[in-house]
Amino acid sequence: MIKNRSSMIFAWALLAPAIIYVTIIVAWPLIETFRLSFTDASLKKLTNYVGWRNYTKIFNDTFLTVILRTFTWTFFSVLLKMVIGTCGAVLLNAAVPGRHLFRILTMPPWIVPMAIGIFMWGWMYNGQFGMISGLLQRFGLVDGPVAFLAYGSSAYWATIVTDVWIGVPMVTIYFLAAIQSIPKDLYEAAWTDGASRWMRFRRITLPLMAPAIITMSMLSLIATFNSFDIIWILTRGGPSGQTTTMIIDTYQTAIGSKKYGEGAARAVVICIFLSLFCIAYFRVTRRLAATEKA
Amino acid sequence: MARDNDTRTMIDRYTWWETVLIYLGIFVFLFFLLSPFIEGFLVSLKPLAQLFSSPYRFWPENGSFAAYVSMWESVPGFARYIFNSFLISTVATTLVLLLVVPAAYAFARFDFRGMGLVLAAFLAVSMFSGAVLLIPLFRLMRTLGLLNTYFAMIVPGVAFLIPSAIWLLRTYMMRIPTELNEAAYMDGASQFYTFRRVILPIAMPGIIVVAIVTFIGAYSQQFIFALTFNSKTEYMPLPVGLFAYFGKQEVIWNELMAASFVGIAPALIIIFFLQRHLVGGLTAGAIKQ
Repeated sequence: MIKNRSSMIFAWALLAPAIIYVTIIVAWPLIETFRLSFTDASLKKLTNYVGWRNYTKIFNDTFLTVILRTFTWTFFSVLLKMVIGTCGAVLLNAAVPGRHLFRILTMPPWIVPMAIGIFMWGWMYNGQFGMISGLLQRFGLVDGPVAFLAYGSSAYWATIVTDVWIGVPMVTIYFLAAIQSIPKDLYEAAWTDGASRWMRFRRITLPLMAPAIITMSMLSLIATFNSFDIIWILTRGGPSGQTTTMIIDTYQTAIGSKKYGEGAARAVVICIFLSLFCIAYFRVTRRLAATEKA
Repeated sequence: MARDNDTRTMIDRYTWWETVLIYLGIFVFLFFLLSPFIEGFLVSLKPLAQLFSSPYRFWPENGSFAAYVSMWESVPGFARYIFNSFLISTVATTLVLLLVVPAAYAFARFDFRGMGLVLAAFLAVSMFSGAVLLIPLFRLMRTLGLLNTYFAMIVPGVAFLIPSAIWLLRTYMMRIPTELNEAAYMDGASQFYTFRRVILPIAMPGIIVVAIVTFIGAYSQQFIFALTFNSKTEYMPLPVGLFAYFGKQEVIWNELMAASFVGIAPALIIIFFLQRHLVGGLTAGAIKQ
């Protein structure tokens, strides 16, 4: 490639608009969040620096419970997305008639605006009139109506299921591509050697799609950790705060109660976790790229 | 995606029970993904009284499309919400493309010092959601006087759509042979001319895929920024506008579902016609990472 001064200027000129835009909208607010977390900023005009007070204030039992809940919620959601996504990709890869149609049919939850899908789940979870409770009663699995969003533990799982539902299509399509990029001769060689279908999945498909699973679970981890719409529309963090994750907690403090300073401190804690995930992601992908070359 | 890997060969012959198992698995998988839409559609056909009656009935009795007519009267602004959603997504997509196409080309073709770092930084940006940065963004929008305008819902969203768009398009552009650049250089074409007249036309299919994906993302992402930065009914996009069906006493569920289907119809039509490009483009971008 031509490497001279004028092409260097050209390259950076092409990049400049995007860099400037993202700096103003993301990088600057990030720094501003950090600064605000040391103030008592609110709707009042005057803002004072209060040192670490916001941080000492939030590190109590409730907040630690929220952190722990965010992590378990994220963990179960990502785990389910990976398992269901892998099964879905293997099934959609099967050479049966209709597979092209089935592949299209996986996409709606991902394509449709999130809020709309969540409203539909909200109705399905309705205890009196919803489909899930209705069908469970019809088949005699429960005695009376089950209001899924009214109890802490069922609301916790209900929000996870909805999050999985939204995440699965993308994971499936990505995994499907990973499976299809595996050279067919590997399967043919294994088949000639008499390896069963399960053996071929266990010894060829799974190891060769492992990098895709690792990459996707990292990306999914970050997206799920940031999840806001689902919990906000379904439960607003309730009942009595039992589905409140860190993002919901931050939103309620900052936008709900207008305590910008305290909200910012919570946001900084989230950012620290996200940065750790980010670093982990870069290290993992670099290692994967290195082993691929070797 | 290599098409060759999709053709049937000897080892793809299934016994009858394997075929049954595969179809059963696909049925369960698709039922999970589609049941909210099936239920939502059936709800939209049921009269309101039937919805709020026990015991639960799956199929509608005397089902009709009445809700699809009455939804426009219950929430007169609904057409406006759809228009707003389209306007916001279209402007956001245009902005993203204007910023991303040159940037992706730079990342695909040049490798000067510091560019790898910038690329990593862009990727890192996509990992911070808007929710974390709401407070300063709110103050920024207030300072710029953009609160309660369309721009409050466009400007922040664009920044979060940029990284994945760059990533996807860069992968696509890297497959354009560098010989084209060299030939253009030999012919005395300027860098800019080469970019505009040689690269852009070839990259068009990739740009279209990125535009579709960005549009879908922009449509879907409207919730949190619209909720926080806009309180004017006339600028509300569809996802927030749907809350209008939450009446004082009860939710008009059949109309809410009818409205949802009217709102998602355009998106569904888009996938139906473009799915082949979409799946191919997405996976080509994804797998090369």
